[in-house]
Amino acid sequence: MGLAKRIIPCLDVTDGRVVKGVNFLELRDAGDPVEIAKRYDDQGADELTFLDITASSDNRDLIFHIIEAVACQVFIPLTVGGGVREVEDVRRLLNAGADKVSINTTAVLNPKMVQDATARFGSQCIVVAIDAKKVDNQPFEWEVFTHGGRNPTGLDAVKWAEYMVSLGAGELLVTSMDRDGTKIGFNNQLNRAISNAVDVPLIASGGVGNLQHLVDGIILGGADAVLAASIFHYGEYTVEQAKEYMQQQGIEVRL
Amino acid sequence: MQKVDIAVVDYGMGNLRSVSKAVEHVASGKSVVVTSDPDLIQSAERVVFPGQGAMPDCMRELDARNLHEVIIDSAKNKPFFGICIGMQLLFDHSEEGDTAGLGLLKGDVKHFASDQMFDEKGNKLKVPHIGWNQVYQLQLHPLWVGVADATRFYHVHSYYVAPQDNTVTAGVTEYPSRFTSAIAHDNIFATQFHVEKSAQAGLQLLSNFVNWKP
Repeated sequence: MGLAKRIIPCLDVTDGRVVKGVNFLELRDAGDPVEIAKRYDDQGADELTFLDITASSDNRDLIFHIIEAVACQVFIPLTVGGGVREVEDVRRLLNAGADKVSINTTAVLNPKMVQDATARFGSQCIVVAIDAKKVDNQPFEWEVFTHGGRNPTGLDAVKWAEYMVSLGAGELLVTSMDRDGTKIGFNNQLNRAISNAVDVPLIASGGVGNLQHLVDGIILGGADAVLAASIFHYGEYTVEQAKEYMQQQGIEVRL
Repeated sequence: MQKVDIAVVDYGMGNLRSVSKAVEHVASGKSVVVTSDPDLIQSAERVVFPGQGAMPDCMRELDARNLHEVIIDSAKNKPFFGICIGMQLLFDHSEEGDTAGLGLLKGDVKHFASDQMFDEKGNKLKVPHIGWNQVYQLQLHPLWVGVADATRFYHVHSYYVAPQDNTVTAGVTEYPSRFTSAIAHDNIFATQFHVEKSAQAGLQLLSNFVNWKP
């Protein structure tokens, strides 16, 4: 027995509500963030991730209130990402009750911010999120994209992962943009390539449609944790059912 | 002067809000303050000493706030709970930045040996050690009441304590070797894992601490 593989439900939040999109588009309302967070905690979620996808700057502060409210009632690790631009944003989120902060676009625009944030708050609370897509116009297989998947960067996702770890990233959240919202499973080749290249834990994201996909993410993709949204939001499966299935397949989980 | 029941020591390092929220949750009717005021900490009935980040920074920040003495005094004289780096700081020395600790307990803080990080199947084990791992209780202690042996707690760390006197070890975790993940010594209890983020089991430990009369 040893360290359990983690299941992390992900809550995409905009204007104070949880939503879920398909391929980064077409948002559907999925409910109140505090209620959903409590429900997942009761089901045995190992952590929760909140991605703030609020577009307008007017409503950006809502995420702090949400995290404060969740942190009073849910005592498992909370990660928050989306719109984190400065070290000061990290400090505010940690003060609101977040345990980890996920950095995506800013890491590409200003890698030094990752270094500064890990130096100030420690690697344990800095997750670098990487949105990657398979490309055929580059000398490598998977390219990093930013701004919610809109902008190509010319960066090789595997090399980028190594670089981010060298700057202090404590975990990597790898989302396959080709798979996000498609329900055809994680991109296990991409995840395996990154997992083999770095020492820090990898959280696989993007594409989960059934419980076998979670198992494949760990066994084939080499992920240390699996992140999923829609299979949990719409009640197709509970976190507990997912863990029971993973355990039947020989994966160690916290039940 | 103001008196408080529980002081959570603030020296600028870590998820203080998470720690104070968890303590407040189990300490209804008691006053809980997050503070860097040495006098307030001195006045507290019990002290929670969290910590995240790098140990050299933690020691520097403690000294910058004149907290060194009051922490040592609290750890000797009142119910005292160290969490993560707050546990590591109690020891003599850390390999992390070759840093001297507070020296309340004999022993060193060591990094996971990178050439030994493989599970029994030969798979690479990641560092930091992040996630829910089992804690095996090595002694009977009032803080373990209501917590089953081998319960999973949330760990996040790359360094672990190696006490010289193994009678202080109250619990161990395997990754892949056994390391000390909880210590108990007189009025001190401390954990490498994050009780404030370990759901019901962590709240139980904290609740036991709040009511502990060593």
